Amino acid sequence: MTAAVQVYELRRRYGSFEAVRGVSFDVERGELFALLGTNGAGKTSTLELVEGLDRPTAGTVRVLGRDPVRDRTAVRARTGVMLQEGGFPPDLTPAEALRMWAGTFGTRARPVADALDLVGLAHRADVRVRQLSGGERRRLDLAVAIVGRPDLLILDEPTTGLDPESRHDTWRLLRGLLTDGVTILLSTHYLQEAQELADRVAILRAGTVVATGSVAEVVAAFPARITFDLPPGVTLDALPDVVGAYDLTGGRVFVHTQQLQTALTTLLGWAAAHGITLTGLDARSATLDEAFLSIAGAA
Amino acid sequence: MTHLVRSELLLLARNRMAVFNSVLVPMMIIGLLASGGDAGGDTAAVTGMLGFVLVGVLYYTLVSTYVARREDLVLQRLRVGVLTDLEILAGTAGPAVAVALGQMALFVAVGATAFGLPAPVNAPVLLLGVLLGTVVFALLAAVSTTFTRTVELAQVTTLPVLLVCVAGAGFAIPSDALPGPVAEALRWLPLSPTLELVRLGWLGRPGAGVLGVLGAAAAPAGLLAAWTVLGWVAVRRWFRWSPRR
Repeated sequence: MTAAVQVYELRRRYGSFEAVRGVSFDVERGELFALLGTNGAGKTSTLELVEGLDRPTAGTVRVLGRDPVRDRTAVRARTGVMLQEGGFPPDLTPAEALRMWAGTFGTRARPVADALDLVGLAHRADVRVRQLSGGERRRLDLAVAIVGRPDLLILDEPTTGLDPESRHDTWRLLRGLLTDGVTILLSTHYLQEAQELADRVAILRAGTVVATGSVAEVVAAFPARITFDLPPGVTLDALPDVVGAYDLTGGRVFVHTQQLQTALTTLLGWAAAHGITLTGLDARSATLDEAFLSIAGAA
Repeated sequence: MTHLVRSELLLLARNRMAVFNSVLVPMMIIGLLASGGDAGGDTAAVTGMLGFVLVGVLYYTLVSTYVARREDLVLQRLRVGVLTDLEILAGTAGPAVAVALGQMALFVAVGATAFGLPAPVNAPVLLLGVLLGTVVFALLAAVSTTFTRTVELAQVTTLPVLLVCVAGAGFAIPSDALPGPVAEALRWLPLSPTLELVRLGWLGRPGAGVLGVLGAAAAPAGLLAAWTVLGWVAVRRWFRWSPRR
């Protein structure tokens, strides 16, 4: 079976500004794929092309094996989309807005009450949209995205503006959908969200993919770190050779290494042999935050 | 698409201003005409009413509605759903179109009964004029949203189409009061052929049979068809689904 989303050498130009510069990735069926990046990295521009809102300047997009612009009707019947900013008439209630959307999907649609329940909006079903908080509108948007029982969900920053509790509720809902076999492509700038949910991520910077793989793979490309206080009477030269260079900042020694276990073993063996106590010893793998900052933040 | 029409109908019913415009304004106009007394036989007044409904009610209401839905990001949201672009535009226009058709039916009925006008001699031509006019003015409304940034601005941006069409159709200003070339140019605008079809369908043409009326209807119908094509091309080319940010 083909991948749910296939994006190849995608480019999108607005006047003289090229927002997407040759982006390629595949989203396999049943996985959750997260696009990470700082603001302006090209996440929304890329997603809009996958959603079929615009034709790419160059490159190809296939969604469920089809062209999302040319085969719009066929693709839309099986996808649920949540835009970064989408709206509902302020004078409708969530139940009325959802009924309209459910109607467009015909018999395939979930009952409106179920969809509202899934996003935790049942108690707000009959107030006007204009009275909803930003987070509640976001959840209504998610309800609309899932009301047609889509095979593929495309969510642009689905939890931005949600309070922490709603965010965790949303994660639980998305995990449930994954269990049901739904494929999810989302963008987020919450790294924790990617870490919690994503099977694979792609990090975008200035319109190009600068890293891709599982969170563990992306992080593994970054060196682990060992730090300790420089023991009294010891110079950097006296420390044992490890894979990675020593660095002294403010009395603390930093080692960045791709081989954490070997380096640590060497260091601890040396300390034991010399009867030295390494105060303030700390050793850890890179975190997604560190990887992200060093990849996505680099100018 | 029926589901979109239904939710738009709910919104129309919740908008006091729209309800007022849809129901009370035509009632007041009929009341005014009736109290005028000697309107009997004045076909221009009644056919002009239909023109007023198309431009003053349908066109203006739709510009406001499309702009409101665009600025509330509703159109943008709908475009990632299963409906086609045409279905979104038509569905959003549905209730306003229904109200306009209802008002026009009411004016025809009142014209025939209260003002002593004859029953339409060729109802299909009358109906064709009304339907083509409705489609063209709905498309013009969609095009007009491209230069209307807020709902409030619709009051200003709809004026040119309104004034030019009303002037061109000859029911407010006699066309012989305008310089020849101007009057001629104005006759090509959509309201003129619409009202021509309405008059032909309603009153026929002196000395012409049903076939004669059909023949005379071909030119204005063709002109409206051309406007429809032009309108749709302009919508495809320029209509904005999301607010300018």
